[in-house]
Amino acid sequence: MALKIVKGSIDRMFDKNLQDLVRGIRNHKEDEAKYISTCIDEIKQELKQDNIAVKANAVCKLTYLQMLGYDVSWAAFNIVEVMSSSKFTYKRIGYLAASQCFHENTDVIMLTTNQIRKDLSSPNQYDTGVALTGLSCFVTPDLARDLANDIMTLMSHTKPYIRKKAVLIMYKVFLKYPESLRPAFPRLKEKLEDPDPGVQSAAVNVICELARRNPKNYLSLAPLFFKLMTSSTNNWVLIKIIKLFGALTPLEPRLGKKLIEPLTNLIHSTSAMSLLYECVNTVIAGQYSCSVGHIKSHLLCVQKLRILIEDSDQNLKYLGLLAMSKILKTHPKSVQSHKDLILQCLDDKDESIRLRALDLLYGMVSKKNLMEIVKKLMIHVDKAEGTTYRDELLTKIIDICSQSNYQYITNFEWYISILVELTRLEGTRHGHLIASQMLDVAIRVKAIRVFAVAQMATLLDNAHLLTGNMQRNGICEVLYAAAWICGEFSEHLENPVQTLEAMLRPKVATLPGHIQAVYVQNAAKLFATILKNQEGNTDSTAAQETSQMMIDRLPLFVQSANLEVQERASCILQLVKYIQKLQQKDVEVAEEVSALFAGELNPVAPKAQKKVPVPEGLDLDAWINEPPSESESEDEQPKAIFTKEEPKHSRPRHTEVDEKELARRREARKQEQANNPFYIKASPSSQKVYQEAPGVEHIPVVQIDLSVPLKVPGLPMSDQYVKLEEERRQKERAEKKKKEKKKRKEKRSGRGKKHDSGPESEEDITPAHVVDIVTEEMPEVGMHLSDDVAQEDQNHLPVRVKICICMFCLCRPLADSEKLPVRSHRAAGAPKSSAEDGEAENATPQEPKKKSSKEKRDKKKDKERDRKVRLRCWKHFPPSGHKSDSRSTQSEGRTVVTFLVFPLPRKVCDIQGNLQDGSQVVVSVIFENKSDSFLKSMEFNVLDSLNSKLQRPEGSGPHDGLTVPFQLPPGVSNEARFVFTVQSIVMPQKLKGTLTFIVKNEDSSTHEKLDFKLHFTCTSYLITTPCYSDAFAKLLESGDLKSSSVRLEGVNMPFHHLLARICFHHHFSVVERIDSCASMYSRSIQGHHVCLLVKTSGQTVSIDAKCDEPTLLGNVLDEIKQTFSQC
Amino acid sequence: MIKAILIFNNHGKPRLIRFYQYFAEDMQQQIIRETFHLVSKRDDNVCNFLEGGSLIGGSDYKLIYRHYATLYFVFCVDSSESELGILDLIQVSCSFVFVETLDKCFENVCELDLIFHMDKVHYILQEVVMGGMVLETNMNEIVAQVEVQNRMEKSEGGLSAAPARAVSAVKNMNLPEIPRNINIGDINIKVPSLSPF
Repeated sequence: MALKIVKGSIDRMFDKNLQDLVRGIRNHKEDEAKYISTCIDEIKQELKQDNIAVKANAVCKLTYLQMLGYDVSWAAFNIVEVMSSSKFTYKRIGYLAASQCFHENTDVIMLTTNQIRKDLSSPNQYDTGVALTGLSCFVTPDLARDLANDIMTLMSHTKPYIRKKAVLIMYKVFLKYPESLRPAFPRLKEKLEDPDPGVQSAAVNVICELARRNPKNYLSLAPLFFKLMTSSTNNWVLIKIIKLFGALTPLEPRLGKKLIEPLTNLIHSTSAMSLLYECVNTVIAGQYSCSVGHIKSHLLCVQKLRILIEDSDQNLKYLGLLAMSKILKTHPKSVQSHKDLILQCLDDKDESIRLRALDLLYGMVSKKNLMEIVKKLMIHVDKAEGTTYRDELLTKIIDICSQSNYQYITNFEWYISILVELTRLEGTRHGHLIASQMLDVAIRVKAIRVFAVAQMATLLDNAHLLTGNMQRNGICEVLYAAAWICGEFSEHLENPVQTLEAMLRPKVATLPGHIQAVYVQNAAKLFATILKNQEGNTDSTAAQETSQMMIDRLPLFVQSANLEVQERASCILQLVKYIQKLQQKDVEVAEEVSALFAGELNPVAPKAQKKVPVPEGLDLDAWINEPPSESESEDEQPKAIFTKEEPKHSRPRHTEVDEKELARRREARKQEQANNPFYIKASPSSQKVYQEAPGVEHIPVVQIDLSVPLKVPGLPMSDQYVKLEEERRQKERAEKKKKEKKKRKEKRSGRGKKHDSGPESEEDITPAHVVDIVTEEMPEVGMHLSDDVAQEDQNHLPVRVKICICMFCLCRPLADSEKLPVRSHRAAGAPKSSAEDGEAENATPQEPKKKSSKEKRDKKKDKERDRKVRLRCWKHFPPSGHKSDSRSTQSEGRTVVTFLVFPLPRKVCDIQGNLQDGSQVVVSVIFENKSDSFLKSMEFNVLDSLNSKLQRPEGSGPHDGLTVPFQLPPGVSNEARFVFTVQSIVMPQKLKGTLTFIVKNEDSSTHEKLDFKLHFTCTSYLITTPCYSDAFAKLLESGDLKSSSVRLEGVNMPFHHLLARICFHHHFSVVERIDSCASMYSRSIQGHHVCLLVKTSGQTVSIDAKCDEPTLLGNVLDEIKQTFSQC
Repeated sequence: MIKAILIFNNHGKPRLIRFYQYFAEDMQQQIIRETFHLVSKRDDNVCNFLEGGSLIGGSDYKLIYRHYATLYFVFCVDSSESELGILDLIQVSCSFVFVETLDKCFENVCELDLIFHMDKVHYILQEVVMGGMVLETNMNEIVAQVEVQNRMEKSEGGLSAAPARAVSAVKNMNLPEIPRNINIGDINIKVPSLSPF
């Protein structure tokens, strides 16, 4: 035995350390994976050793392997072991490993709570520091809740090193445990004025992060930050504060004005570019809100930005452009004057800078300079290397030209030729974009059709160039547009037969199916036009030849693998064959054939459907079948307290709601959005996507790679249009001048109306074509209604998003009326109560507010019927009670079995989703083995009462115990969950139970038994449910509630503490508070409403309560009374 | 918030990764690959910002990076961080710095230091950034804290106590079959002294 130990430790001496491992990996470049797997085997051996140093070394190596992408979660337990070592060296290794690989679903995290708490209160500040650092990476909602209090205490630690870490980690705690924000906030605010700059900076950091999520709530801190900004010299802090102001100014215009001066001073004085840049940014943000005045500061910003952009440092250039694009939104004119500079940036070697410059160009175009800018861009397209940048250019060109309904295009012939030129791009992925533009322009601009058709015919003729390389490619989408335009507007074709011939070439069969289909269909249209032309010509052979050509060529498509092509082709083939027969009989068919394609296709606005009146009797909202479950929709709606109201809320029927109702809802929604810190306003971009998803977008995008640059012969170059345009404009100008002169002459005597005199002003440039842009609007039928609907729609989407986020929501606005409850923390408070009560029961259900969105979604299934209470209480068996139970283990020291009824991990709720009635209570128990012996064969049993029963697996008797599915080595804890069915919730319950287990020592094993009681209080059936005051008033008025009251004497605590205590221990939420009077609300799992009116005067507190179940109310009040009698 | 700090070499081999948001290991590796792909094709004389890769947050996040000798230092941050501030944090010039910190503590950091002392680098990093937020920017303070902790570790005998060290010396001599001389030709490049901008 001894020899074995010695041998073992010698082996250990040859263990690799981290450096050996790294060296080894570097030396095994060829078979790295194999080498690492042997290393992992060694590590596994090392982890089995008892020596903590060996374990720490192994964990250290695992951290390295984790970086290389190996999953090391299997060693999570060992990591916890190393974390709990008393030596700083090992502890640090443990925490590092934990921070690298623990996450919310790591189950051993639950075991770390006490260890971390111990480390946090360690006398060694570096133990505390390491624990804080580690915790910041893997904090979970449970840990946050349990440790919030400890961390809050650390915020006032004597060492600034700990203070700053504690302040910083509070942000993570807020994220995971939103309830902690209110109690912790005053102290956080204090830290803004901490004497240590590091702590100050940390506090600023945390508040800035919080404010970024919901700036509105932090407006009140503005004066404090203002003071800091003018006094602080730490650039880092200044930047943070200035960034924060950038977020605040849009909400408070006065702030923007007030900031101008100190910011301008900073801009003038600072040498740090980072600070300067942020100042400029914030000034811009301020101007966003107050558009009047401050020309000076504005000019200063633009001037500084110009300096940034002209700087040789690429980073400054990039940021300058970025800020410039923000100015563009408010003051496009002032950016336009820097056009030269921005165009220059297009030549930059840095792609990010070029992309930024492109973004800017989008906003800078006008009728006057569009052609010039696009010409520049086209040159860049030719020069550009790399398809991504070129594609970006291409989309930008199209975006720039097509923005706001082709507002800036004066000459559509030019635009079409630009589009045609763009088709020459190699390997672009945006063929469909070009195609949709061609279609759009050809359809909407009637005057351009002749030209467009001619261009498209040329494209079709040169189709082999586009598809020369047979890889699937986006650019061939253009042919889709070309074929359709040629077919639809075939009357404008100069040489239709030639185009028809081009469309029926065998090579067409290599195009993607959907394009072929368009080819076939449009060939038929073309055929109809040709017949019409030729029949007028008396020469019947020409028409017959055309038919023959169709009959010859179409079979190729009939064989197509694509069903659409096949179907259309065979259909048309039969038609043409029939026509041919008729032609041979000298029957005139052209009229009938062209009737097939008669009528003009008009563009349809995206919103057009909404303007079609709903036919009478059609109710799209009515269910065809019974809905499978109500709950799904309920969850998506704002939480209503009254169940009965929910169905109405869940499916708003637009047809029924009147104007008032709509307005009311909108208002309510706005209110809620405003109150929700994480509500994300609908971004216009997503809206856009939602509204206009044209069919062409869905065409599969195809790839080509053309090796040879393509030239489409015979196409006019867009450049010549630029020249023509110039000439045209000059002519126009000259004419205008003439006219003007005339006018002036005429009007010299008169008042001389002011005319647009600037020769190059926007309005002067009239479009070359009298283009008739078909507007997007249909006749104003039902306009009124549809607008409302649109409004509704717009509001709907965000609402849904909002609710998901709401569940995650951290901080409700910090209203002044709500004092911060100082929570007696559960973990800290619970042992106290255990000391008071011999058996130590304290059951407190968890607040449901905390449900994560995930859980929420899971619970959609059946919210109404499936309510669970998550009991949370400590079952602590004091040594005295325990002695009698486990005498034999006395000699070993303490065999303390700690029961901890613990809130459930979220997953559990899914498993029990099918339970009926609001009568499920899930109790989660943590077993901790504090003895030095091994515990096994644990059985958990509860003596059922009539009202409450432990749910046992099917087939077992009513008195059988449940086996705890694990064994406990010394010092280990684990959690088990038990489900209880509770019939009535109006009375508190005590259940007796026993836990039997076998204590195994090295030489003996004994059977042991522990008795315990589970206390289900009435408050544990209450769920904190927020309630709005109007709903609360309605509830009270309804008259269904029985009332009762209670008086508490000698309560010596501030009123807000009292409220906090009731909220915390009894799961109420404050509805309204006025001075020393507050109304509170809660709801039981079975849907009983409980309303309280709490009044205080001196040391007397009177509580008037109303509830629809008097027994429940009585018990709840008793429990409240008890809570306060204990203090 | 800083979402991640990645250090990898010119070949995309990770030298230190620190994610402040949970990603599974294979995802982490994918992110490293994607980031390397984005960063490595950029010239040294272009700007140091680029939009985040699709895997790590997309366009809401920025990658801010510096390329020193054989190493890329990449920070993935959201809009609440000042771009130039983070650059400063990485770089030497006006404020207090990460690389500088490494420099001070390791007396001229080179890639090898990072490879063999990943844990140490982590400990230094922990004094600069905590849980995705910048903890300390004062270099003297960072160095002081790191040194105190190193002293503590030394007083505890470090991870490998004296006998183990002796053994490791023996191991290095006695095991010729494992080639232990490391080819450091291409990687032993010192960080050049950078001119502040």
